[in-house]
Amino acid sequence: MLKRYTREQMAARVAADIPNGAYVNLGIGLPTIVANHLPKDREIVLHTENGLLGMGPAPEAGSEDPDLINAGKQPVTSLPGASFFHHADSFAMMRGGHLDFCVLGAFQVSVTGDLANWHTGGPDAIPAVGGAMDLAIGAKRVYVMMEHLTKKGESKIVARCTYPLTGVGCVNRIFTDLAVLDVTPEGLKAIEIVPGLSFAELKQLSGVPLIDASAKAAA
Amino acid sequence: MINKIVATTAAAVADIPDGATVMIGGFGTAGMPSELIDALIEQGAKNLTIVNNNAGNGDTGLAALLKAKRVRKIICSFPRQTDSWHFDNLYRAGEIELELVPQGNLAERIRAAGAGIGAFYTPTGFGTQLAEGKETRRIDGRDYVLEYPIRADFALIKALRADRWGNLVYRKTARNFGPIMASAAKCTVVQVREIVNLGDLDPEDVVTPGIFVQRVVEIPAAAKLVALPGAAA
Repeated sequence: MLKRYTREQMAARVAADIPNGAYVNLGIGLPTIVANHLPKDREIVLHTENGLLGMGPAPEAGSEDPDLINAGKQPVTSLPGASFFHHADSFAMMRGGHLDFCVLGAFQVSVTGDLANWHTGGPDAIPAVGGAMDLAIGAKRVYVMMEHLTKKGESKIVARCTYPLTGVGCVNRIFTDLAVLDVTPEGLKAIEIVPGLSFAELKQLSGVPLIDASAKAAA
Repeated sequence: MINKIVATTAAAVADIPDGATVMIGGFGTAGMPSELIDALIEQGAKNLTIVNNNAGNGDTGLAALLKAKRVRKIICSFPRQTDSWHFDNLYRAGEIELELVPQGNLAERIRAAGAGIGAFYTPTGFGTQLAEGKETRRIDGRDYVLEYPIRADFALIKALRADRWGNLVYRKTARNFGPIMASAAKCTVVQVREIVNLGDLDPEDVVTPGIFVQRVVEIPAAAKLVALPGAAA
């Protein structure tokens, strides 16, 4: 049985890499649980692209406000210090290089940091892109959070994306249930590997060239 | 005297012709001008091109306009939702044209129209399917795609309060596309919860100055219960 980080462990690991003072957008799906793990001693401002900085957690049942929602159209709250703004300003925050981090889910990431996360390309699939392409090229640092393997056991880290691209060379760091990997000019570096899994095994499962930059390599 | 107040939603949308391009505010149901859309359905204009972030939720508002088969084409960023069945059916039957635009490009193309910009280079979408066939340029080492403004004949939006000059304030994340759509249409129609006396809105708080607004209709709160949005992306 393969050793894996749980979803909560992955989220905590991503959260650990978000510093005090950061402006952050958490994508829909797996990345949303990162919010539950942000260290309490850091002041981190969450951005939701439909027009809110300073997003708080979900409201208590019964106090939902249909005018106060996140990008996934779920009810949220606003924290002291929050601000509302229109869509052109919201996307200027990304495209203009003001947003420090975004955390996105992915279907595939290539060894050069290409991202595919918006469309499976299936003939009957209705395409929908939302803010994925803007986030991918806009945030100063783009984190991807995803399972390392598909349900069929195929690596989601690939030499070249086969799904339609969201952005070219835009991903900086990949957090999976097996490892944390950095996209670098030299190639993909494994900086952490789940305990119980060797670098050789990770490389075998990934099916792409990797550089061992983990503590195990240093030891 | 300037008075942009219109008595009824029917009067506010009466002159929208067949074939018009109509921007509709809202992100999901937050900020969607449902009563104006109901009036547009009643009015009967068809072959419309609609600009919205989504493609309708459930059976009301924009979804109802789609269901009534009044829409020839929709320009949006995120049509696929758990409750977008009317769009899904039309799309799969080939009865509606879809122009899919990344959300920030959609916003900026609308903003550009309102600001008199001829076209602009954006990094969003470069190297993807959504930029295929578009002009590109490398500027200071970064790749950009040329995108053109989206203009409209009418914009239907929702705000919280207005005065008779059409100055607007919004409510929370229901602001979303309202301010930029107001600037990008020849005729902007706003439904508000409350019309206040001229001078009652603090000029420091006005988000959309009245110059961008042509018509205002008051729809008092609780005139219609708003369903909470479903679990949808």
